[in-house]
Amino acid sequence: MNEDENNTEDLLRTFILENYLFTDDQKKLNNSDSFLDTGILDSMGILEMIYYLDEEMSIKVAPDEMIPANLDSINNLIAFIDKKTN
Amino acid sequence: MCGIAGVVQSSNQVAKPITKTVLKKMADALRHRGPDDEGIYCKDNIGLAHRRLSIIDISNGHQPMHSSMGDISIVFNGEIFNYIELREELIKKGHIFLTHSDTEVIIHLYQEYGLDFVQLLNGQFAIGLWDDNNKKFILIRDRVGICPLYYTFEDNRLIFASEIKALKPALTNGLEVNKETLDQIFTFWAPVSPNTFFKNIYEVSPGQLIIFENNTLKKHVYWDWDFNKDNFSNNSEEQLAEELHDLLIDSTKIRLRADVPVGAYLSGGLDSSVLVAMIHHYGNVPLRTFSLNFSQLEFDEKSYQSKLIEHLNSEHSHLMVKTEDIAKNFMQTIFHTETPILRTAPVPMGLLSSLVHENKYKVVLTGEGADEVLGGYDIFKEAKVRHFWSVNPQSSFRPLLLKKLYPYLNLPDSNQATYLKKFFGESLDDPDNICFSHLPRWSTTAKAKQFYSSELNEELNGQAMNSMLHSLPEKLKNMHRFNRSQYIESKSLMGGYLLSSQGDRMLSKNSVEGRFPFLDHRVIEFSNRIPPKLKMKGLNEKYLLKEAMKQYLPKEIINRHKQPYRAPDLQAMTGEYLGEELRHHLSVDELTKNGLFDGKKVSFLLKKADSGRKLSIPDSQALIGILSTQVLIDQFI
Repeated sequence: MNEDENNTEDLLRTFILENYLFTDDQKKLNNSDSFLDTGILDSMGILEMIYYLDEEMSIKVAPDEMIPANLDSINNLIAFIDKKTN
Repeated sequence: MCGIAGVVQSSNQVAKPITKTVLKKMADALRHRGPDDEGIYCKDNIGLAHRRLSIIDISNGHQPMHSSMGDISIVFNGEIFNYIELREELIKKGHIFLTHSDTEVIIHLYQEYGLDFVQLLNGQFAIGLWDDNNKKFILIRDRVGICPLYYTFEDNRLIFASEIKALKPALTNGLEVNKETLDQIFTFWAPVSPNTFFKNIYEVSPGQLIIFENNTLKKHVYWDWDFNKDNFSNNSEEQLAEELHDLLIDSTKIRLRADVPVGAYLSGGLDSSVLVAMIHHYGNVPLRTFSLNFSQLEFDEKSYQSKLIEHLNSEHSHLMVKTEDIAKNFMQTIFHTETPILRTAPVPMGLLSSLVHENKYKVVLTGEGADEVLGGYDIFKEAKVRHFWSVNPQSSFRPLLLKKLYPYLNLPDSNQATYLKKFFGESLDDPDNICFSHLPRWSTTAKAKQFYSSELNEELNGQAMNSMLHSLPEKLKNMHRFNRSQYIESKSLMGGYLLSSQGDRMLSKNSVEGRFPFLDHRVIEFSNRIPPKLKMKGLNEKYLLKEAMKQYLPKEIINRHKQPYRAPDLQAMTGEYLGEELRHHLSVDELTKNGLFDGKKVSFLLKKADSGRKLSIPDSQALIGILSTQVLIDQFI
């Protein structure tokens, strides 16, 4: 993982931890945890995350990209962002 | 609305005897409900207090009122709209009346029919009645819960009042939080009746009466929503529309009976538009309307209101609610709701009644109840779509119908159904669950529980759903699923929130009485016999109402997409709008002191809210729910 990816990972983890799990305890979130299966995010939460990706990371999510394969875990998000930025 | 209160004890051997001083304090706590007159009665083991809002027979309706022989004493809050007809019948039977008030009619009805008299009442009422001959005291509440009535039983004393704050002067000990009820509110938006936010304080459930006799309380259900499929009408659509039309005209007309001018709320939606049109065409009174407008356009319905005002030539007043008004009026709103709220919607309703009061009106008709009675809510549509979906749960197409239901919610615009399924797919594999229609809402609301403190989590053991299931009658299983949704909605959200926190409490705080033609029990009983397919034809809500009333309204009103009344929630309660005092209630210290919520988690929630980003409904409900709970504890405990 390069420095940019580390930075993205930190940003995403902090965002999910503080805004959906309401904690700063890093142990509460694994990068492979499915947001939907664990109940971390629902459809409303996904919307909020899409706004976040747009506003904070300039990543625009197209309607057909709103699928769990892109958005449903930290790992999926990192891979999706990587694909979008490269 | 008036305010009633009292103490009844089974003997003189009690720790805290009834005194006029205590009764006066109880009445004082209800002054806002009835600023026009006060009455106190205290004799032997009976103490009654009344605050009056004079609407009918202004010069003669003083309460507590007594029978001519003095054997019956009564305090009464509300209106008996058919009192004129009942009075005439009683006169024919030989009863002699000293006043023209509906209160005196109740006394004579009780003398003539005993407790069965309640079946004859068409109205909204909370009654406390002492029968000295039989040494029994009776509390009666209207069929659907328009007028509030609370009680507690301690040390052989029955203490009752229109509002919980008026019970306090008579209580031996102070109020305590009922944590199980808090958990119910954080699931269903409202307590499961008869519970309240306070331990050992109960409401008289809608449609119930309670008899206090020989130091025991006996509850009796005298009315309930009845959706027996065998009673569905076979009349044609046209016949049913005509019957509904005629009933609504009459229910509106009798609700205009008053010795003071009567106005109406006009939201711009179908229900209030129907109502205002009825008053215009059949009321024989000047049409006077009141509306809310919002500076945030997404909540505002001014264009529809203007269309109606022009169409019916109404004298109209409106109040522009600015976002900052919500936080500014939040604490006094909670003082009146006496229960935590999850949305800020009651606040503007309280401001609207102040506009009515300023215009020297004491009575308004509102369209409340039409959605429950005639099948208007999106939750009914949602359940219909989810049932359709449950037949083929793998379908990606079927759940997309849900997006059409909530254009104002910004649901994910996805070709994939995964996210919609997560949100609305609750119990998709269990479509016969009697609570099927409400499970997504309850599950969304319950997300607020993640902010419970670990102590509260340990204490509670997921009993909220059991309490709800326990409160629902067996007959629900045999109802059509559409009627099940109506039943649950009417018993939970309507009674516990819309008619109370957002209804009576926001009206009575400014000494205004609300009247609800759609909740006339004749309209409800008629509607319960309408086959569900005519209430919602396809996904066209309140179809029969539209058919019955389309002749009076512009097409734009009849055909508009239903927009539920909403107010700015989170955006009004964060950032610059949330003042120091409210923030203090959300501080870690205050949260820790009360012990109900996790201070650190809530501070992250507040940080998220303050970020200014668009947030989800569960977050918004959590923040407002936590804040209102904290405020309530500070005000009452």
